[in-house]
Amino acid sequence: MESFVQLLNNVLPSLLQGVGVTLQIAAVSLLLGMAIGLPVGVGRVYGPRWLQRALAAYITLFQGTPLLIQLFLVYYGLPDLGLTLGRMEAAFLTLGLNSGAYQAEYLRGALQSVGEGQMTAARAIGMSKWLAVRSIILPQALRLVLPAWSNEAIAMLKYTAVVFLIAVPDLMGQAKILSSRYFAPIPIYMIVAVFYIVLVGATYLLLRQLERKLHIPGLTGETH
Amino acid sequence: MSTATAPILRIENIYKSFGETHVLTGISLTVQPQEVVVLVGPSGSGKSTLLRCINLLSPPDSGRIWLEEQEITAPGVNPDKVRQRIGMVFQDFNLFNHLTALGNVMIGLTKVRKMSKKEAHDLAMFELERVGLVDRAHHYPAQLSGGQKQRVAIARALGMDPHMMLFDEPTSALDPELTGEVLEVMQQLAREGMTMIVVSHEMGFARQVASRVVFMEGGVVVEEGTPTQMFEQPVHERTRVFLRKIADMDSGGR
Repeated sequence: MESFVQLLNNVLPSLLQGVGVTLQIAAVSLLLGMAIGLPVGVGRVYGPRWLQRALAAYITLFQGTPLLIQLFLVYYGLPDLGLTLGRMEAAFLTLGLNSGAYQAEYLRGALQSVGEGQMTAARAIGMSKWLAVRSIILPQALRLVLPAWSNEAIAMLKYTAVVFLIAVPDLMGQAKILSSRYFAPIPIYMIVAVFYIVLVGATYLLLRQLERKLHIPGLTGETH
Repeated sequence: MSTATAPILRIENIYKSFGETHVLTGISLTVQPQEVVVLVGPSGSGKSTLLRCINLLSPPDSGRIWLEEQEITAPGVNPDKVRQRIGMVFQDFNLFNHLTALGNVMIGLTKVRKMSKKEAHDLAMFELERVGLVDRAHHYPAQLSGGQKQRVAIARALGMDPHMMLFDEPTSALDPELTGEVLEVMQQLAREGMTMIVVSHEMGFARQVASRVVFMEGGVVVEEGTPTQMFEQPVHERTRVFLRKIADMDSGGR
């Protein structure tokens, strides 16, 4: 037990640094994913046919291939095309593009579940299609998409772990370094697992709070 | 024709198909200002489609429509601007689910009529007052009864200051005991001189309020006349049979 406390003391500073990096990657990637997913999702539903097809191709590409291959192609492949990214930038871009595809699909589902009648009623009072999307459809769809988006945020926290393979010192990267330094992989990976659970739990609670705050009777499901 | 009696709406030979289904097959109709026209006819006769053609939600394939002597089916007409002049009330209410009753009335005022928040709020409250729902202003649609939802929908349409109103089976989705409050509001509107086209099988309303009853079948107008003419001595056998059936349903107590 004493040696475990000793080990914990030794590895804690590095792991906390790793937590910082993990949170940063997850947050930037989610936001980038949102910046991509929002217009892509709207374009998938309301865009012209050619745009819908192009966006579907992007989504298929990123949902249909392993994240790790995407990461390697961005980090090792893009330099061949003359675009060399740092490790962090490569992580942001890959996870952002990947999350954008998923967020777009979640948003598409939410947009389609807002009834046809909402658009008709908006058009009937003289709104243009895009004004109706902005002020009537999206405010409802964004509330409806929140539970799926919470899942995406939680999944993202764990997906970030792949970036240690391009030597980013995130929580997982630190764990790998420390486990070979202290020859104690099992306890260290257990500690790291606990770290992930705490991060995921905190994120879950935070987003539930947000869902509750944005709840509208009859529109979003009961939140307890 | 002098301008004093110029029709507010003139529909000339409208055709509308959805794929192989020919819903409107050469329909013509003229509506004078302040008239209340009740459209009746079997389901599938094209009543709802006609309403959606009038406000260009579903533009006709051919034929022409004039609103206040402007041809709205002419190329280059902005349909959004046309719709601001024509209020529409739907069978399923279609209130905006994320907005309160007040918000439902206000959003068109701020986003389409570009009013300030304050102006929009005051006008919206006035419209809610007209339909007797000031005390429900801060309720969401899910917290309102069907009759209340439909009255909010009417207030929302009125807020846009429409020159005429279209009602697409406004009481069909309501429990029988809730239809009265909606019909009352509509009757009030008619008294105030609103031009209205109402698709409805509420024969009591048609008798009391309609200036004209129009019987549609198979995408054309079969017969039209005053309620008395239509109910007492319709010319066409089909009109007589249909109206008899509706009347039986009404008195038979659903």
